[in-house]
Amino acid sequence: MSRTPDAPEGADPLSTPPTPEEVAEISRRFFGEIPWARELGMELTYMHQGVAVMRVPFDARLVGDPATGVVHGGILTGLLDTCSGAAVMSHPSAPGETATIDLRIDYMRPARPGAAIQARAECYRTTRSVAFVRAAAFEEDPDDPVATAAGAFVVQPSSVNGPLARRLKEAGA
Amino acid sequence: MSRPRDEPVQAVKARRDAALGRLVGGVPFVRFLDVRFERMGDELTARLVFSNKIIGNPYLPAIHGGVTGAFLEIAAQIELAWQGVWARMEAGGPEAEAIERGEFPPMPKTIDFTVDYLRSGLPRDAYARAVINRAGRRYASVSVEAWQDRRDLPFAAATGHFVMPQPPDAGTSP
Repeated sequence: MSRTPDAPEGADPLSTPPTPEEVAEISRRFFGEIPWARELGMELTYMHQGVAVMRVPFDARLVGDPATGVVHGGILTGLLDTCSGAAVMSHPSAPGETATIDLRIDYMRPARPGAAIQARAECYRTTRSVAFVRAAAFEEDPDDPVATAAGAFVVQPSSVNGPLARRLKEAGA
Repeated sequence: MSRPRDEPVQAVKARRDAALGRLVGGVPFVRFLDVRFERMGDELTARLVFSNKIIGNPYLPAIHGGVTGAFLEIAAQIELAWQGVWARMEAGGPEAEAIERGEFPPMPKTIDFTVDYLRSGLPRDAYARAVINRAGRRYASVSVEAWQDRRDLPFAAATGHFVMPQPPDAGTSP
């Protein structure tokens, strides 16, 4: 799945998935500058052609129900929102900037206490002005989600050289 | 428990504030995000205290959408829990005594939550008030709005559904 070393010069960077090292670089550059993502230890683990996977480690400060030790739903909201935004940014239509219009979260079950949470988001359709995303949060198994989400995102093609797009490009996404 | 009819107003206020403090203070994430609640009678206003850690876009700068969503969800959930606590507390009796010992009914559990992002959250405190559209025995519907400088210009709104905590004997009969 990783990019072959002899990929042709000048090939569309979106046609081949970034290597794990490149994803780590994007994660460091992009999320390292977002205070809330840094505070939670959010990490990008995959990002290619409209699909993004992210992870947030367990932290006792994020517990929403002290009786059970389950993380607060608001953490899932933040992770699903951020991961959905990353999925939009990595879509082949290469939007410059994005912002959440609306996001619906459905909570299937409590998260396992003490476990890191991952999210996988897929931008499955874009128009000139809107991107549609579905996402799921889970511990290990994407087919056993803690929560699922559906969202609509702003797409701004006019700002392909926005600071965010520039950074992603620099990082090789 | 029998409370004196002529209980001093300060004692009533102290009891209510203490119950609210214990309810809110018991949730680690609410403390971590630094969401505080101000009470006027039974009405709550949530306040998200600004700090640099809640920034999501350092270029604008703007509050992280996930923080906004979490703030709205906290405001909705605490409002719902608080109305239950308030009813028990004001009714007196063993349930009120349990509240005073800090024994709260389980938190309502979120079924779904839909956030409407209306404008970006500015780098300053935000406020939110939730309205219970309907609280049945099993389910509740809650709407919530958050604003900053102007109450009539909300920067985010949400609607959510919750499962109400059931008494221990619920569900045993057919």
